[in-house]
Amino acid sequence: MPEIKAHMAGTILDIPVEVGQTVAEGQDVACLESMKMQMFIQADEAGTVKLIKVQPGDFVNEGDTILELS
Amino acid sequence: MFRKILIANRGEIAMRLIRACHAVGAIPVTIHSEADAQAPHATQAESYLVGPPPVAASYLNAARILEIAQAAGCDAVHPGYGLLSENAAFARQVEAAGLVWVGPPPEAIAAMGDKVEARRFMAAAGVPVVPGTSQPTPDVEAARSQADGIGYPVMLKAAHGGGGIGMQLVASPDEFDKAYKLCSSRARAYFGNGDLYLEKAVVRPRHVEIQVLADAHGHVVHLGERECSIQRRHQKVVEEAGSPAVSAALREEMGAVAVAAARKLGYVNAGTLEFLLDASGRYYFLEMNTRLQVEHPVTEFVTRMDLAVWQLRIAAGESLDFGQEAVRHEGHAIEVRIYAEDPVTGMPSPGTVEQVAWPENVRVDTFIADGSVISPHYDPLLAKLVVHGTDRQHAVAHLIEALDGVRLTGLKTNLPLLRRVAAHPHFASAQIDTGFLERIDQPVLV
Repeated sequence: MPEIKAHMAGTILDIPVEVGQTVAEGQDVACLESMKMQMFIQADEAGTVKLIKVQPGDFVNEGDTILELS
Repeated sequence: MFRKILIANRGEIAMRLIRACHAVGAIPVTIHSEADAQAPHATQAESYLVGPPPVAASYLNAARILEIAQAAGCDAVHPGYGLLSENAAFARQVEAAGLVWVGPPPEAIAAMGDKVEARRFMAAAGVPVVPGTSQPTPDVEAARSQADGIGYPVMLKAAHGGGGIGMQLVASPDEFDKAYKLCSSRARAYFGNGDLYLEKAVVRPRHVEIQVLADAHGHVVHLGERECSIQRRHQKVVEEAGSPAVSAALREEMGAVAVAAARKLGYVNAGTLEFLLDASGRYYFLEMNTRLQVEHPVTEFVTRMDLAVWQLRIAAGESLDFGQEAVRHEGHAIEVRIYAEDPVTGMPSPGTVEQVAWPENVRVDTFIADGSVISPHYDPLLAKLVVHGTDRQHAVAHLIEALDGVRLTGLKTNLPLLRRVAAHPHFASAQIDTGFLERIDQPVLV
């Protein structure tokens, strides 16, 4: 099951997808802010959002799972 | 002068402002988040806990900050840069609480904070602006036809944005619709407003800005220009005073334009008008920063003035005691920003400073020491290293040597990149523009 993880510690600003939504490879699935820089996290493959483990405002550490695709 | 001044910031600028308070005989009071309890701005001044680590709950918590300022008996608030510094509502709250805001009138902050409004104001004041739309574009169809009228390449910008995230370069008409939708949805998500405007993209521009200083008695002067073309993701990395591309005549012209605009705006305190300068010497207003700039030290070196102290003196009602003719531009100064970031990917990189040592004979504005924890909650700026030379060539030589003397271990920094910039032949020959870093900053192949 593909998981999308935070590549660095930071705060989740936005999750622009919903559970059940299909996403294309390269689509923005989260926006993370770390050290004042906002970065988009993209799906590295196409799939359906199965589970979203964080919500905007949450602090994540490097390697934490943001969402799961199926 | 004020008796006690609240510094509503952190990091190197809080340390800089503590020094400025001491210089005018005022007592600095600082605020710190839980993450910053051991930071020097908290331990080296009377300091109060403002809240948990995230900025929204701490350094942006206006109500709590005002409460601290009043409880501590402060008579003024200095916001530094970033955070609440360009928040007109906060400036009004400070004034309503009977405290002095060390910054421009809230109306000026608000007028310049709306980028569309600022463009319109500046164009009406006779300041050259980049050709573009004066109103937010209503929809993609209308925007596309406006882009056709302006001519490609065009830049899409979020009306309420700032920094790099609200900007998108569109090279040709076939990319337009996709870029418009992406930029608009990002603007809506991050600035709460999807309004965009369009500008002609200036090709290979230099970023040149003019520092102005205005008192509350109608005196306005400019302190010349800074060149800040070396940027990454629209964040400045290297800044100089003066600009190798600005002659004395151009400085005088741009300075006069900036002074006239500041007057028309009713501006008071320190401010900066940012311009793009093209290869033929045409300049276009970008935006006005209604606060102290990160890169103010280079201007301090060449003019021998203390901008932070002037901010305090102006806010306390003092008059500028010199005229434009007394402003000097001696030698050349260069500042580099040392960031906690991966030197290869350019991504921010929090961590802990193991050991840090600075070379001699340079100005270093910083807050880090051995063991400093660099949190993901805050800006990655670790330090500003500033050199001054009799001319640009000397300053560049001094910079290369100084960067070689920096020892900073324990976390990833952009020092390798800064050293590459300083030693680059195109930097030595001042062939720089806002695309410089992208061109030289190719990942090292292994």
